[in-house]
Amino acid sequence: MWKAHAKFERHSLILLIGIIVVVSIGGLIEISPLFYLESTIEKVDGVRPYTPLEQAGRDIYVREGCYGCHSQMIRPLRDEVERYGHYSLAAESMYDHPFQWGSKRTGPDLARVGGKYSDSWHRDHLTDPRSVVPESNMPPYRFLAEKDLDYRAIEQRLATLKTVGVPYTKEQIAHASEDLETQADAFASPTGLKARYGAKVQKRDFDGDPERVSEMDALIAYLQVLGTMVDFRTYKAEDPENLR
Amino acid sequence: MPAAIASRDETPFDVTALYVFVGVSAFLALLATAFTHDPLFRFHGYILTGAFALAVCAMTGLIASGRLRSDPTQYADGVVKAGVIATMFWAVAGLCAGALIASQLSWPSLFYFPDAPWLNFGRLRPLHTSAVIFAFGGNALISTSFYVVQRTCKARLAGGAWPWFVFWGYQLFIVLAATGYMAGITQSREYAEPEWYIDLWLTVVWVAYLLVFLGTIWKRKEPHIYVANWFYLAFIVTIAVLHLINNAAVPVGLLETKSYSAFSGVQDALVQWWYGHNAVGFFLTAGFLGMMYYFVPKRVERPVYSYRLSIVHFWSLIFIYIWAGPHHLHYTALPQWAQTLGMTFSIMLWMPSWGGMINGLMTLSGAWDKLRTDPVVRMMVVAIAFYGMATFEGPLMSIRAVNALSHYTDWTIGHVHSGALGWVGFISFGAVYCMVPWLWKKERLYSDRLVEWHFWIATTGILLYIAAMWVSGIMEGLMWREYTPQGYLANSFVETVSAKHVENVIRTVGGLMYLSGALIMIYNLWRTIRLPSVAKATPSLTAPATPALLAAE
Repeated sequence: MWKAHAKFERHSLILLIGIIVVVSIGGLIEISPLFYLESTIEKVDGVRPYTPLEQAGRDIYVREGCYGCHSQMIRPLRDEVERYGHYSLAAESMYDHPFQWGSKRTGPDLARVGGKYSDSWHRDHLTDPRSVVPESNMPPYRFLAEKDLDYRAIEQRLATLKTVGVPYTKEQIAHASEDLETQADAFASPTGLKARYGAKVQKRDFDGDPERVSEMDALIAYLQVLGTMVDFRTYKAEDPENLR
Repeated sequence: MPAAIASRDETPFDVTALYVFVGVSAFLALLATAFTHDPLFRFHGYILTGAFALAVCAMTGLIASGRLRSDPTQYADGVVKAGVIATMFWAVAGLCAGALIASQLSWPSLFYFPDAPWLNFGRLRPLHTSAVIFAFGGNALISTSFYVVQRTCKARLAGGAWPWFVFWGYQLFIVLAATGYMAGITQSREYAEPEWYIDLWLTVVWVAYLLVFLGTIWKRKEPHIYVANWFYLAFIVTIAVLHLINNAAVPVGLLETKSYSAFSGVQDALVQWWYGHNAVGFFLTAGFLGMMYYFVPKRVERPVYSYRLSIVHFWSLIFIYIWAGPHHLHYTALPQWAQTLGMTFSIMLWMPSWGGMINGLMTLSGAWDKLRTDPVVRMMVVAIAFYGMATFEGPLMSIRAVNALSHYTDWTIGHVHSGALGWVGFISFGAVYCMVPWLWKKERLYSDRLVEWHFWIATTGILLYIAAMWVSGIMEGLMWREYTPQGYLANSFVETVSAKHVENVIRTVGGLMYLSGALIMIYNLWRTIRLPSVAKATPSLTAPATPALLAAE
């Protein structure tokens, strides 16, 4: 047997092919089923693609590297469910490119932070975290309120998300800039936005500065929608089809 | 140098090809900078254009003075020397970034600057991880692999000037990644943060690296491919596969920095942790095992302990590692069968890992006295011991019940650092301590006493670091799940944050001690390079240069 190994030691291409075959097996068996097994993502009502403003907020969340300290994945453990809310479902991140489940909780989980705090709390907390939570060691994000949101490419961003699988309609992509401005404006007509993204969409001036759409508007809009899409009064976790 | 003189008149083909490649790249970078509407893309466009323009100028000068010719009778050691310097430079940069972010968590009012978003924890954390893993670790791997493959194949590096392309191209990748994180250009995928165009550039560099490495093996004058090269080859090939699949993304535009991952949610999570865990497995383990398999036997002048063990643990290690990723996703929305599969293979992984540890440690049999007399040997042996400890702790933490407590806590951070500081850091420092006198033709290091100081300060620093993280990790894990007798959660989240203050401070001190050790090392290496060179003839390819590398059996 040991003599047979000499082939690998004397022929670099055989060694190379051997390595590629051996390292491919695990990934193929473990990962590829997730793309065709229908039980991977449960069927739930309510999960929709992010509105342009929420998606822009999510892009800021990604840009700032929030995943380094905040998870977005509540585990089905008693203390987590009581602290953060219903455990996270696969369906809730099905439109997340990339996923932001995180791996570390230097700060608390954010999977269901939506609706837990007011917009003005978020604004104060992001501007100076220690002004509302003295023991916090979170960085300050004052600049978000001072920076206009750059949404010149929001249509392209939605279109790109469509190519990777988020079911945005042609209409949603065409009205992206308009919907973004509408959602951050308390006085704009909600008809088009709600027709495209549902009646539950939260539409108001998130950062307290009605003059402009800032990065703070986008980020708070994103935080306020996190974990609020699924209506858990209609989701039966104990149903056989939901026990995986 | 008769061969070099004979071809004095014409520029070698490899140099011409590289010159054209760099020139075309400079032109394309200039065009991209001019036409983009994305201010962040333009920022990187300036860096790219500047880097390629500088490369064109430098190459023009070097070609004109005829200094880009390779001498086939000599090892290509210039690029290895450059790699050693880059390794130490990035070590200090990465450790400084680590000390800064540790200070931010300890004293947030002092180390955050509201007007400097680019210095926030969220942007510096990937800077720290990438600087130590890919900049420090990557340069250590590239330079040692270039050193080792030449010696064990008795052949000069293949590709002429292209090893220099691999070196400088890799540094450009690091600079783009690091400046990108600070400017906010990131995919926010752990250890795969660089955006799509930086990933494409790394792919080009990596293919060149693979070809240089394989090309050197094809030129070898030894019938056998030495065991260190199996590990280096597995590292290079597998990292290429992982990098390509995990970074599959669609850019928003060809002149935009932003891209969106091709996968989403649960599939994205598993692809990412398949990548993330095998960055540990193949970048931080297989590559550094290659380093161990050359420098430990060479330094202690004993053969590798067991040839059969090296075969068994090589194939089992690379087979099993690939499956272990889902242990990062216990109790998540990932289907449970995948979690269980990941846990099972993670526990199995304990054995091949310890196979490597045993093979490394037992290579010292008959030379254990060197542990007392040679501080460089001691550093490498302690590295192997940390490897053994971290690869025992890992399977333990991958068990679902343990993971329920340890996940999301500082325990994970402590585990990573016992591997990174103890194993990866110490085995690289040991290899660099070996290589510097050999490369610069010195009889010895400037000072063994300074190596002792480095060793003890750094070891104490690691112990402070990991002990503090065990305490704070287990403490916060228990505090999160603590209930009052009435059945309510006992602690608010922020109480667990403030409870960790002392441990955060101890961690910062430990990190600063490790950094001090690296600074002592740099002083020692600098004085070594300035020592008078040994008079003996430079080791050429014709001289027998590789003793004691055959197996014991």
